[in-house]
Amino acid sequence: MALNTKEDTKMEFKVVGTRVARPDGIDKVTGRARFGADMSAPGMLVGRVLRSPHAHARIVSLDTSAAQALDGVHAVVTRADFPDLDLDPMLADIRDNCMAGAKALYDGHAVAAVAATSAAVARQALSLIKVEYEVLPHVIDVDEAFAPDAPALHEGRADESVPEGMSPNVMARYSFGRGDVEAGLEKADRVVRRTYCTAATHQGYIEPHACLAQMGPDGQADLWCCTQGQYMVRDTCAAILGLRQGQLRVTASEIGGGFGGKTTVFLEPVALALARKAGRPVKMVMSRQEVLRATGPTASSSIDVAIGMTKDGRITAGFAELRYQGGAYPGSPVALGSMSAFAPYDLEHVRTIGWDVVTNRPKSAAYRAPGAPMAAFAVESAIDELSRDFGLDPLEVRLKNAAREGTRSAYGATYPAIGLEATLRTAHTHPHWAAPLGENQGRGVACGFWFNFGGNTCVSLNIASDGTVNVTEGNPDIGGSRASMSMMAAEELGIPYEQVRTVIADTASLGLNEVTDGSRVTFAVGLATIEAARAAKREMCRRVAKLWGIDEEAVVWKDGAVHPAGPNAGKHDPMTLAEIAAIAPNTGGPIAGHFEVNAEGAGVSFATHMVDVEVDPETGATKVLRYTVFQDAGKAVHPSYVEGQFQGGAAQGIGWALNEEYIYGDDGVLQNPGFLDYRIPVASDLPMIDTVILEIPNPGHPYGVRGVGETSIVPPLAAVANAVSAAAGVRMTDLPMSPPKVLGAMQTK
Amino acid sequence: MVKVRIWGSLQSATDDRAEVEIDAGTLRELLDGLAREYPALRPQLERGVSVAIDGKVYNDSWFTPISPDSEVVLLARLRGG
Repeated sequence: MALNTKEDTKMEFKVVGTRVARPDGIDKVTGRARFGADMSAPGMLVGRVLRSPHAHARIVSLDTSAAQALDGVHAVVTRADFPDLDLDPMLADIRDNCMAGAKALYDGHAVAAVAATSAAVARQALSLIKVEYEVLPHVIDVDEAFAPDAPALHEGRADESVPEGMSPNVMARYSFGRGDVEAGLEKADRVVRRTYCTAATHQGYIEPHACLAQMGPDGQADLWCCTQGQYMVRDTCAAILGLRQGQLRVTASEIGGGFGGKTTVFLEPVALALARKAGRPVKMVMSRQEVLRATGPTASSSIDVAIGMTKDGRITAGFAELRYQGGAYPGSPVALGSMSAFAPYDLEHVRTIGWDVVTNRPKSAAYRAPGAPMAAFAVESAIDELSRDFGLDPLEVRLKNAAREGTRSAYGATYPAIGLEATLRTAHTHPHWAAPLGENQGRGVACGFWFNFGGNTCVSLNIASDGTVNVTEGNPDIGGSRASMSMMAAEELGIPYEQVRTVIADTASLGLNEVTDGSRVTFAVGLATIEAARAAKREMCRRVAKLWGIDEEAVVWKDGAVHPAGPNAGKHDPMTLAEIAAIAPNTGGPIAGHFEVNAEGAGVSFATHMVDVEVDPETGATKVLRYTVFQDAGKAVHPSYVEGQFQGGAAQGIGWALNEEYIYGDDGVLQNPGFLDYRIPVASDLPMIDTVILEIPNPGHPYGVRGVGETSIVPPLAAVANAVSAAAGVRMTDLPMSPPKVLGAMQTK
Repeated sequence: MVKVRIWGSLQSATDDRAEVEIDAGTLRELLDGLAREYPALRPQLERGVSVAIDGKVYNDSWFTPISPDSEVVLLARLRGG
């Protein structure tokens, strides 16, 4: 359901758009906030996982008897402890990823787990488990895995889209587009054809995965965990373990980042299986090494691009062939990359082909706008190269080709009102664009697109007898959603923000809420919160009308109170929300509003990024000097959080562009599973990232809100690459642009 | 009848047609019609698709109305992070 209330987007706001204090601020800065590892229970055991040391190996035998006999060990589980249920392929893959079956498919793949009275005993127990492996040939690189003679991870998993004769590691093929690309390229004055590569990068959330599970002999189970979606955890664990959803209650902790990496399960089914076997609560916490070895990074990619342009900057055709490896199981985000690659542009001839490839790496998980940043890196780099070759202003070239309202997108649908052109025009007039550059410095720009989602959402709004309001929602608060929901409820009810508190419910307390992903929460949960508040207002109006003895149509809600309205309403003093709440027991009982919806029809989002860098000609090291984000937010409910999303996406994108990569040895073992060697940007690596929020209202939301969480990571790979290429004087096509790589390119240019 | 654009790699399941016509007034009727008229689409429909209707993307809401002049585009299933 999409609420098309375009006229409402012109409304005046009193609370929305302000920068109120965040409700979780004090808890987080004082250490009171409870994250996944902060949960404990009486009689709790410690769970630990034994992981494969091989990239690809058949598990010939697994002997846990010595571990089980060790004093202090209460349970050992292997794949044999997971019921052999007929799951759909996606769930079966999640089960296999949580606990290996016949084969270990990557370095770090779980093969057994123990629950013991202490971490020391658990570690000792792991050392007593005997696993006989038959080591198999492995493949790490996406292009090597794409070759027909590559070592095969699976047999017979390719879907019907894959032609005969392909590598056994190709799982699916996607193709989008229209027109005649070759004819379009013929019309160009110049065609750029290049291959671009990006490394696998981890979401890099600060909080490792953690959970606490308990299950009674009656089958009732509770799970506390750090996740982006407690309902997803409930439904996935219940399916894998053969539980009934209603018997498993999942409570989400505070979350120290997710960025898509906590939209699936890793430890949770294992902890529940251990708790079921041990009959005691089991707590599991991953080390950082485990996080990097065994949870989802995003895909690495290899992308061939051909783009033609006339000398006045019109793109005549675009083509991209994208190969994404999504780790050991099907499901890389290549379809999304293929659809989003050319989404910012109005093209007559455009085609993308995407290949989903498996390798002996951890199963990829979603990462902020899954699949789009790599595709944007390739396309935006080629457009930049053509613009520079013709001596054209790269922003003007993008404006000349920009998609607008009514443009048929490269993925097929026609755009409603969108904000790409506004971001480009604002960037063009921003002081950053005109600022001078020094020696060895370069400036890059790039555009990005993301779909944004809505989905199943359920909100309950309850009014206490003193007029305070609780909003209960079911999405873990990653980016400030408790503040945003409280603000939208306060706005709709006409009361101060401080009068509203929003809490996150467990799975037994509220209906289904989809995962906090797809930039959906402020849009979908916000929509549901507004509608729940409207339901409560209708109920209060009904009661007051009855109290006054007039028709319901003769009252209106205004500024937090019910007022008489119309010629026949009579004279009555307005009744405030608090006054109505105080007499609720006398007028029909508690006052609440609810709203349940599958909030579809979320509006797409665009951004333009601009960055200045300086490249050290002696070392190849890149320093980011200045960065500005221009993005359409529809309506920024809490501008500080929106700015934080813009800055966070840019910071992660800078890391992806310059530093971050999974480095494997020849044996297929990850060489850098720690934050010392897998280097995410820290504050001292970055300038203050400037932001410009544009507000082109989304007609599908009562207040015009669009998702903002993901689009901001789409342009920075390309923007930074274009800046580094300009500074170094050589086109960089391979991420990350680490110092040795940049130095090597400069020396061979 | 509703005209539905089919993405490239699915067109082998629609006799290489980039656009097909389905008798449908809702999303459910559209998906059922596609599965009925083009059985080779069923594996992908079962894995999941998204549908853009007049520029807005829908995943699951069966009762979403579709008018004969709506722009309808079949998309790979959208998932976020």
